[in-house]
Amino acid sequence: MAKRILLVEDEANILEAIGFILSRDGWEVLGHGKGETALAEIDRVDPDILVLDVMLPGRSGLDILRDLRERPATRALPVLLLTAKGQARDREQAMALGANAFLTKPFSNDELVATVRSLSEGSVSPSSAGDDRRSGA
Amino acid sequence: MLSFDGLVAVCVLYVAGLFGVAFLAEKRAMEGKARWLNSPITYTLSLSIYTTAWTFYGAVGSAARSGMEFLTIYLGPTLVFIGWFWLLRKMVRIGRAQRITSIADMISSRYGKSGGLAALVTVLAVLGTTPYIALQLQSVTLSFEVFARPGALGAPDTEQTAVWVAAGLALFTIVFGTRSLDVNERHPGLVSAIALEAIVKLFAILGVGVFVVWGVADGPSDMLDRIEASPVSDADWNGARWLGLTALSAFAILCLPRMFQVLVVENSDERHLATAAWAFPLYLLLISLFVVPIAVIGLSVPEAGSNPDLFVLTVPLGLGREGLALLVFLGGFSAATSMVIVAALALSTMVSNHIIVPLWLQATRHEDPMSGDMRRVALMARRLSIGGVLFLGLGYYRLSGGADALAEIGLIAFLGVSQILPALLGGILWRGATRVGAAIGIGAGFAIWAWLLLIPNVAETGGLVPSILDTGPFGLAWLSPATPLGLQATDPLLTAMVLSLGVNTLLFILGSLFSFPSPLERLQGAQFVNVYDHSRALLGWRGAAGTADDLLIMAQRILGTSRAGRLFQEAAAAQGRTGDVPEPTPDFLESLERELAGSVGAATAHAMVAQITGGASVSVRDLLAVADETAQIMEYSSQLEAKSAELSQTAARLREVNQKLTELSVQKDAFLSQISHELRTPMTSIRSFSEILMQADPVDDAARTRFSRIIHDESLRLTRLLDDLLDLSVLENGLVTLHRGETTLRDVLDRAFYAAGAMEEGGRIAVRRDAGAEEVTLVTDPDRLTQVFINLISNAQKYCDAAEPELRIEVRRGADAVEIVFADNGKGIPSRQRSLIFEKFARLDTAKGAPGAGLGLAISREIMARLGGSLTYQPGGGTRFVVRLPLGLADVVAARSVAE
Repeated sequence: MAKRILLVEDEANILEAIGFILSRDGWEVLGHGKGETALAEIDRVDPDILVLDVMLPGRSGLDILRDLRERPATRALPVLLLTAKGQARDREQAMALGANAFLTKPFSNDELVATVRSLSEGSVSPSSAGDDRRSGA
Repeated sequence: MLSFDGLVAVCVLYVAGLFGVAFLAEKRAMEGKARWLNSPITYTLSLSIYTTAWTFYGAVGSAARSGMEFLTIYLGPTLVFIGWFWLLRKMVRIGRAQRITSIADMISSRYGKSGGLAALVTVLAVLGTTPYIALQLQSVTLSFEVFARPGALGAPDTEQTAVWVAAGLALFTIVFGTRSLDVNERHPGLVSAIALEAIVKLFAILGVGVFVVWGVADGPSDMLDRIEASPVSDADWNGARWLGLTALSAFAILCLPRMFQVLVVENSDERHLATAAWAFPLYLLLISLFVVPIAVIGLSVPEAGSNPDLFVLTVPLGLGREGLALLVFLGGFSAATSMVIVAALALSTMVSNHIIVPLWLQATRHEDPMSGDMRRVALMARRLSIGGVLFLGLGYYRLSGGADALAEIGLIAFLGVSQILPALLGGILWRGATRVGAAIGIGAGFAIWAWLLLIPNVAETGGLVPSILDTGPFGLAWLSPATPLGLQATDPLLTAMVLSLGVNTLLFILGSLFSFPSPLERLQGAQFVNVYDHSRALLGWRGAAGTADDLLIMAQRILGTSRAGRLFQEAAAAQGRTGDVPEPTPDFLESLERELAGSVGAATAHAMVAQITGGASVSVRDLLAVADETAQIMEYSSQLEAKSAELSQTAARLREVNQKLTELSVQKDAFLSQISHELRTPMTSIRSFSEILMQADPVDDAARTRFSRIIHDESLRLTRLLDDLLDLSVLENGLVTLHRGETTLRDVLDRAFYAAGAMEEGGRIAVRRDAGAEEVTLVTDPDRLTQVFINLISNAQKYCDAAEPELRIEVRRGADAVEIVFADNGKGIPSRQRSLIFEKFARLDTAKGAPGAGLGLAISREIMARLGGSLTYQPGGGTRFVVRLPLGLADVVAARSVAE
């Protein structure tokens, strides 16, 4: 059964692009565009993997992540954080809050697919998730 | 009899002796050692210049002719010294406190430092003194004539003798009177020589007296019998004349320039006056004691000759007492020379200070009056004046040809200088006395005196009696000096005295009452009248116990302990004293003053030293100088204050700017982050979709078209962002090109609302407009103005937080400008953030997560500035932005756009 991925991203075009890539790779992809209602959507959808943008209208991705890690139901949910700010500080903050992977926009499609796959296999520990070297550059 | 040569030799030796004494005294005084110089006896003896050769010889003559009348000349001063001691003391105190240099200076200083008054008194003094000097020259030459036999140098040539005597006196006065320009004008050498001459005078006359009483008569009782029998005791007693002459001599001793010189100027210690108060009358008593006996014997001894004015000399000479006669000769010589020297000195000070120097300053007023040249000029002026005064005296003597009328001139001169008295007494005792009163009083008294006495006497002396004097000017007999006001004056002197002094006093009082004193006069008047409140007694350096200690304490306060201590120690060592405190000699005080002046200014230093040494109260001049210095210091300090205020303002501004910079820096980081986000977001879509399109997996045509469009749109979005950044940069650097044209406000607003999509049905925000008010013609760049409006509209769309957002456009038309207000019904912008909203990169807390890079308002404000208007935030209610545009300034605007 295809694993379910929830995308929380306010930019419609990016949502469409990521949805297209991951769907073609065999994932069941659901999208959501608002920060305020993201937690409720996560509870409702109950995804296997969460792809979360940091700069969201209404509520920051980092705040949502903090809540997720505090709640028992979502504490273990693999989370891939996306950010367009590209500063090292953001990545450190994301990791400290318990993100499993971190990608800086713009990313390559292969990169995205590889990171999501590794999250799904559980082989990626939160500390070395994703293409860290690249995103930290 | 001595030969003429011998007599000349004796005179030269005597004068050489006087030179020696004067030099010695001067030297000792410089070293601060001359204790005897400072004794009250020396002071008293110097006062004896009152008894000139005129009284030395003439008193006996007067007694022989008019009986006891001569006593009035001694009685007046005696009464003044005993009865008016308080007045003398006050004069001396004022003289010291105000550093008065002469009687003219005294009058001028009291009446507001009036130069004209000083010159008037000076002229009066010169006129009154010149005949007097002539009188002295006459008596000296007469005594030469009587005494000397013809010798190798030939017979005494009266004219030549007078010339030589005058020249010698001028030399002596110049040498000892103008050695330096001392501030206090004291001349210790000269004073001591005069004191010595006073002793010679006294001994000579006493010697003759003892000789006549015990040598010629048989002791006092025989003498009294002879007096009883002589015509001297039969002389008429004229009460009015007695009273008049006593008063006149009393006035004269207060007003004579030479008496003022020794009494006030040369006074070194106020306490000396107390001794003089009894010692000087005693001296006068002694010198007049034997006048009558000498006169009686002279009249009864044929060898004494026929001139009673020379009895003092001819009695011992005729009776073969040549030694005594020589002493008398020297006594008379002393009396003449001491008077001439002091008179010349006093007059030269006045002439130089009040006539020559002012004229010289006038002539050279474009040059620096403080140059060292001034001192040389003043000294030279004084020397020339001395020569001039003696030359005048000599001239007058030669003009008179030794006429008998000269004798009368003594009293005339007394009355002349007495014209100063009302102004002098009034100035000391009455604060209401004014310069105008003094000037018209002195002027009128002077004129009456000159017309009634001086001119007739001069005319008579010169042998000229112009008819005008007899008949009066313009044939008006009542103006004739002989019959003033039609009075058949039996005694011209008394008549003139009553008239001149009466009119003088009356005019002085009236003039003072009807004129207003200047501020300086008021000040000086108070200083004079209340001198005891403002000054301390001058007690002399030696008498001022603890003065040096006080000076040290003061110096320590100003110079600091170590520097003051060093200064005093060095001075003490230089004086050869053990210990740390030097004697406060004038030299030391001067150097101390200089030292202090470096710290507190010259005037203040002088005032401080003077205050402590008690040498003088602080004069008005000092106060003004101190005030000047203080003003300078205050100005300096206020400059410092201003600077310090400026500094703290600058510091405050710096702090403000720094805080702003810090905030801006934080904002800039946030902005960079924001810019990064704004750039990376479209780039993410572009990259993703282009990778999808590049991949081997085919996508259908519809998807390919859609993805291509997204890539295209996102590229445009990137371009817009870059355009905004460039736009702002261009606007800020003033490089923008405006395309002005005529439009209406409504058109511009319509375009803006359309572009912002706000007019569409179901738009996020409700819009309220007043079409009528928007009919305003504008000359502006419509595109740029639209850009501003779009920004404000979209801000309201984005940020208005009201439940039912509403944007109201208000148009307010003024005389030369129109204001367009964009008001929404939200919460508005928090006050702490209002100062930031127009900064570029600004994104307020409320705007967190909202789209836009925070450039809109910054760009809008720049545009409005370029359009000659403004964009401001108006607190109150919701968010209110006010766009202000100039109206009816098409020309100006056009000009501006050309300039740009």
